[in-house]
Amino acid sequence: MTPANPKLKNRIGESLSGAQIIWEALVREGVEVCFGYPGGAIMPAYDAMIQYPVHHVLTRHEQGASHMADGYARASGQVGVCIATSGPGATNLITGIATAMLDSIPMVCITGQVPSALIGSDAFQETDITGCTIPVTKHNYLVTKPEQIAPTIREAFYVARSGRPGPVLVDITKDAQQQSCVFEWSDDEIVLPGYRPDYAPLPEQLEEAVALIKAAKRPILFAGHGIIKSQATDAVIEFVEKTNIPVACTLLGLGGFPATHPRNLGMMGMHGETWVNKAIQDADLIIAAGMRFDDRVTGNLKTYAQNAKKIHIELDPAEINKNVWVDVPIVGDVGEVLADLLPHVEQCDRSEWLDYIDEIKGDSAVRDIKNLPDLGKLYAAHVIHDIYRFTEGKALVVTDVGQHQMWEAQYYKHDYPRKLLTSGGLGTMGFALPAGIGAKFAQPGDSVWVICGDGGFQMTQAELSTCAQEGIKVNVAIINNGFLGMVRQWQEFFFGGRYVATPLLSPDFVKIAEAHSLTGIRVEQRSEVEEAVRVAEATEGTVVIDFRVEQEDAVYPMVPAGANLHDMIQRPAAPNQDHNPIFETGEDE
Amino acid sequence: MTRSVKRTFAVFVEDKPGVLNRVASLFRRRSYNIDSLNVGTTHEPGVSRMTIVCDADTDTARRIEANLYKMVNVLWVDDITHKQTIDRVLALIKVNCDRDQRDEVLKICEVFRARAIDMSPDRITIEITGARDKVEGLVSVLKPFGILELVQTGTVAMTRGVEKHDLAHPTVPASRNDAA
Repeated sequence: MTPANPKLKNRIGESLSGAQIIWEALVREGVEVCFGYPGGAIMPAYDAMIQYPVHHVLTRHEQGASHMADGYARASGQVGVCIATSGPGATNLITGIATAMLDSIPMVCITGQVPSALIGSDAFQETDITGCTIPVTKHNYLVTKPEQIAPTIREAFYVARSGRPGPVLVDITKDAQQQSCVFEWSDDEIVLPGYRPDYAPLPEQLEEAVALIKAAKRPILFAGHGIIKSQATDAVIEFVEKTNIPVACTLLGLGGFPATHPRNLGMMGMHGETWVNKAIQDADLIIAAGMRFDDRVTGNLKTYAQNAKKIHIELDPAEINKNVWVDVPIVGDVGEVLADLLPHVEQCDRSEWLDYIDEIKGDSAVRDIKNLPDLGKLYAAHVIHDIYRFTEGKALVVTDVGQHQMWEAQYYKHDYPRKLLTSGGLGTMGFALPAGIGAKFAQPGDSVWVICGDGGFQMTQAELSTCAQEGIKVNVAIINNGFLGMVRQWQEFFFGGRYVATPLLSPDFVKIAEAHSLTGIRVEQRSEVEEAVRVAEATEGTVVIDFRVEQEDAVYPMVPAGANLHDMIQRPAAPNQDHNPIFETGEDE
Repeated sequence: MTRSVKRTFAVFVEDKPGVLNRVASLFRRRSYNIDSLNVGTTHEPGVSRMTIVCDADTDTARRIEANLYKMVNVLWVDDITHKQTIDRVLALIKVNCDRDQRDEVLKICEVFRARAIDMSPDRITIEITGARDKVEGLVSVLKPFGILELVQTGTVAMTRGVEKHDLAHPTVPASRNDAA
C-alpha cells in the first residue's frame, strides 16, 4: 500500500464530487504526474484537479499522453497515468494503449464519457471507448455513479500492476463526475474472484528443469522483458555466473542482463548478431526467461532451434506453447523461479561451448560496421556508437521504430535495466519523443536521449512544444536519412528496389527546434558528432540534433521475415560498392 | 499436436454488463471458431454460466482456457470435452402437415421423444430436446414434409454424477456479496 500523501487532506467520510474522488483515488495510488488533454466530458475532473498535488502535463495530442504515461511507467516501474476526454480524445489514446498492451506496460487511462442518460444516443463526442479498447486493454471499466469511482480506480491500478502488467482504461461519465457522494477509501487487499495474477511454479517442473540443465552441453539462456519487470537482474547474473550459461537478449530484454557481461552474447532475432542466432540454432537447451517467442525472434518456426530442449519460464500461462512447443513450462515470476533453481544447478565451466561461440563471433565481427572507417561518410551505426561512447553508456535511451532502433539495439550497450525504452511488440512509430518526455518525468536525474528517424519524429514532433512549455530537457537525435529507412531497406531487398512512398522530404529540423525556442544542431561529418553530443549534454533545455546520415544504408545482419534463423543476410563484403568500406579495423574499441 | 475435435467448455463468469462481449471478443481476436455459445444465469446470484462449443486441438484448447482465465470477469473454466456429460439442444420445428400426414408426423415425434406443441389445419410445431445428433436426426426425417421454420439453441452441458459445478472452487469466495 502506498503511504498517504502528506499533502493530501484526509477527506474520508466527507461528501465530495465524483471529480474530486478521481483525484483523491489517484493521489492515494501514488500518482504525482499525469499526462493529458482536457475536453467537454472530462472538464469537471480537470476543474477539481487544482485542489490536488498532481502535476498535469498538457500534451499536444492524446496519443502523446498515452505514450508519455507509457514512457513514465517503463522508466519508473510505476503505473503511468493519462487522461483524456470522450470521443476523439479517447480514440486518440488507443495507439498508445495498444503499444502498452503488447509490451505489458502498467498504465491507467482515465477518459470522460457523455452523461449516462445520453449513452447510446450518438451524443456529441460519444464513442463506445470501452467497446473499442476491449482487445487492447488488460481490462476496462465504465463508471456511471460517483460512488463507484474510488473502488474502480483502486481496482484498475491493482489490475494494471499485478501479474503480467498491462493498460487499464476507466471511462467515467460526466454526471458521475458532477454528482457527489460520501468519499470512502479502503486499503484492504483487493480480492477479485476471477483474477489470479500470481502463479507459483510446480515442484516437479523445477525438478525437470534442473535435470535438463544438468544434462545440457550447449545451453543458452534467453533474457526477455520479464527479467526487467520482475527486477530479476541480480538473480540472472547469479544464475549465469554459477552455471556459465551464455545469455541472448530479446529487444525488450536489453539491459536486463548487463551488455558488457562476458556471458552476454547480445541481441537475438531478425537483426540479432549472427553468432547469437547461430548459437541458438546449435544449442541443445534453451532456457527462455520472461519472453514470448515473438516471430521477430524465431524466424521460421519449423527450423527453429530444432536440437534444443526448451524450458519456458513465464508468468502468463497463455504464452506457454503459443508459438514454440516447450518441454518444460514453468509458470511463475522469473526472478523467483531462477532463485529457486539456483541452489540445484551445478557449477560448470563449459569452455568447449563458449570457445565455439567465440569462434563464430570472431568470424562475423569483421563485418561489423563499427569496426570500419567512415571514409568521409556519416553512418548511423557510427553516430549511435559515438552517442554510447560520449554518454559513457549511462543515458536513458528511448528509441522510435525502424532502422535506428535496430542500430541502437546493436551499438548502444545497456548495462542497466530500464535504460532502454522502445516499442517492441507493436512497433509504434512516433513513440520515442513522447515516451522520452514521460521517462524524463520519471527519472529527472537521468540524461534522456530520444533517438528517432526523420519519419517517426515527424509523427509526434508537436510534443517538442510540450518540452518547451514544461521546461524539461531531453536530447533528440534524429537519424535523418531522407527515407522511411526500414521500409526502404525491405524494398531494396524484397521488392526489386522500387522505392514506393519511402523518400521523405523533411522540414529543417534545426529551424523546427529554434521555432520552439529550443536548440538545434546539424551534424554532417563524423568529426562533428562528439562536439554535438557534448553540447547537447551541456545545454539546459531540449536539444534537437539533425544527423544527416548515409541515405541508403541497411541494418545487417538480417533474417528475412519468416526465413530460417540461420539464413541471415550479411553486410556485403564486396569492396567495390562505394558505401561499403573495405575491411580494416577502425579506431573504436 | 493432436487433431481438432469439438470441445465443450463450461465457463462461469460474473453476471455484469459486457462480459458476453468480452468473451466473444476473445474468441474472435484469437481466431478460435465458436460453434455455439449459450449463456444464462445460475442458482448463484451474480454468476452466469456459459457453454461454449468450438473446434480445437488439445493445445489450442489449453490456450483457450488460459486466455479465458486471464479475463478479470471469468471465474472458472472447465474443459468438459472428455468428461461424462449431459449435452442438450432445444429446437422448435414448424413443418407442413395436412390432416392425412398428422399420424405419421406424430409417430415420428414419438420415436424421437419430441412433442407436438402447436397445430393448425395445415401445419404442426414440434419441440425437441436432446443431444445435437438426435435433433439433427429428427430434422432430416421431417425435411420431406417441408420445414417452414426452425429455431434451436446452442448446446448446454453439465457433467454427470458426483462432480459438482457448485462454485466451491477456492478462487470463488463463498460469500459473493462483497465481491462486486
